[in-house]
Amino acid sequence: MKYIEEFQDPDLAERLLDDIRATVTRPWALMEVCGGQTHTIIRHGIDQLLPEEVELIHGPGCPVCVTPLEVIDKALEIASRPDVIFCSFGDMLRVPGTGRDLFQVRGTGGDVRVVYSPLDALRVAQQNPDRQVVFFGIGFETTAPPNAMTVYQARKLGIRNFSLLVSHVRVPPAIEAIMQSPDCRVQAFLAAGHVCSVMGMDEYPGLAERFGVPIVVTGFEPLDILEGVRRTVRQLERGEHTVDNAYPRAVRPEGNPAARAMLDDVFEVTDRAWRGIGVIPDSGWRLSSRYRDYDAEHRFAVDGITTREPAACRSGEVLQGLLKPHECEAFGTTCTPRSPLGATMVSSEGACAAYYLYRRLELNTPARPAASLEGSPVV
Amino acid sequence: MCLAVPGRVLDVEDRDGTRMATVDFGGVVKEVCLEYLPDLKAGEYAIVHVGFALQRLDEESARRTLELFENLGMLQEEFGDPWEQAAAQGAAQQPPHHTTAPEAQQ
Repeated sequence: MKYIEEFQDPDLAERLLDDIRATVTRPWALMEVCGGQTHTIIRHGIDQLLPEEVELIHGPGCPVCVTPLEVIDKALEIASRPDVIFCSFGDMLRVPGTGRDLFQVRGTGGDVRVVYSPLDALRVAQQNPDRQVVFFGIGFETTAPPNAMTVYQARKLGIRNFSLLVSHVRVPPAIEAIMQSPDCRVQAFLAAGHVCSVMGMDEYPGLAERFGVPIVVTGFEPLDILEGVRRTVRQLERGEHTVDNAYPRAVRPEGNPAARAMLDDVFEVTDRAWRGIGVIPDSGWRLSSRYRDYDAEHRFAVDGITTREPAACRSGEVLQGLLKPHECEAFGTTCTPRSPLGATMVSSEGACAAYYLYRRLELNTPARPAASLEGSPVV
Repeated sequence: MCLAVPGRVLDVEDRDGTRMATVDFGGVVKEVCLEYLPDLKAGEYAIVHVGFALQRLDEESARRTLELFENLGMLQEEFGDPWEQAAAQGAAQQPPHHTTAPEAQQ
């Protein structure tokens, strides 16, 4: 209750918390899938405001974190080529590959550019017809439609010097993989709101039924998280396991049909490796055969890469909710945002970065943002 | 990158067969593709992710979210200079041809 006044609407937050306290009778473990939600939870100390019976486990929902090392290394190799302009979102710059990152590639002469939108990368290709322009297409179901549209536009406009290095991932197969793990403690999911803004909710009833878990679509603001937890706990206490939408202002049951149609046209489902977790069947997208010409992996010879994961990094366990960031021996010692072992410490959505930024070195440390923390990208 | 930010459509135009808009995110104005929400009109709000409008939002929700994101510094994180942010994160040195903006947007 110490920090409740920091909420946008403290009275409503208090009412939601009262309702959760009045409802809960025994321990429950809820996983929030999205890294944006993890940051909201840690930043506002929501996990500490909740009754002790309700545990929030952080899921694998940070696209930067789950992009496999092999793909990062392919990106670094392509970005190092003199004929290439390599475009990326800004949060990939410091993600460590084997021995270096995109920021360092630029420092040694690679033409790495940051774009706000993938369409900006297409514009770079139009402006530089004598160079190859490659866009790093990572992200979940929210980011995949913009990237799909960009490839569609490239083909429509006849732009040949543009390609996509694709590492898109899908949430439902990840939920399935987590539930199938023998060590899984997760009893319910707070689903990622903006993923559902695109995909709608049809992929979830089957999972809720099969694994007996409530799935509540949840937004990103502090009150959204509390409302998602409140609805989830109510279901758990009643022994229910349905799909519920606690973010209706941004999520319609059908999602965005135009975006879904474009995804179906440009991509096809494929097995995909998740960094720290391994291959999850059907958990990703690749360009469909009609768009194979725009696949950077076909255009450039980037096979035979040998990757080397830091042995001390336990981000895979963090991403599966098996380990809290501060329980890792490297956390805050050999692994910091300045010198990260894994992407979960680098990404602004990463669980390790959230714990580091908000000084969660111990479980009982208050979730106050550190005033003069090195490299803080937020607050 | 994960962040999707509410924005208000300022004006809409068809550019080379693609529906585009200028959108105001609490003072930062960006070009946004409307192909996934083609009937969005000037004055309306939408959730925008990496330059694409993905879902409509009512004005009050959009204003509240924008205000919150601004107070938390998240708009700076989304729209600030990524090279400065990456450098601050602890790389050895600034890139030699450092510029102050995501140059590809120009």
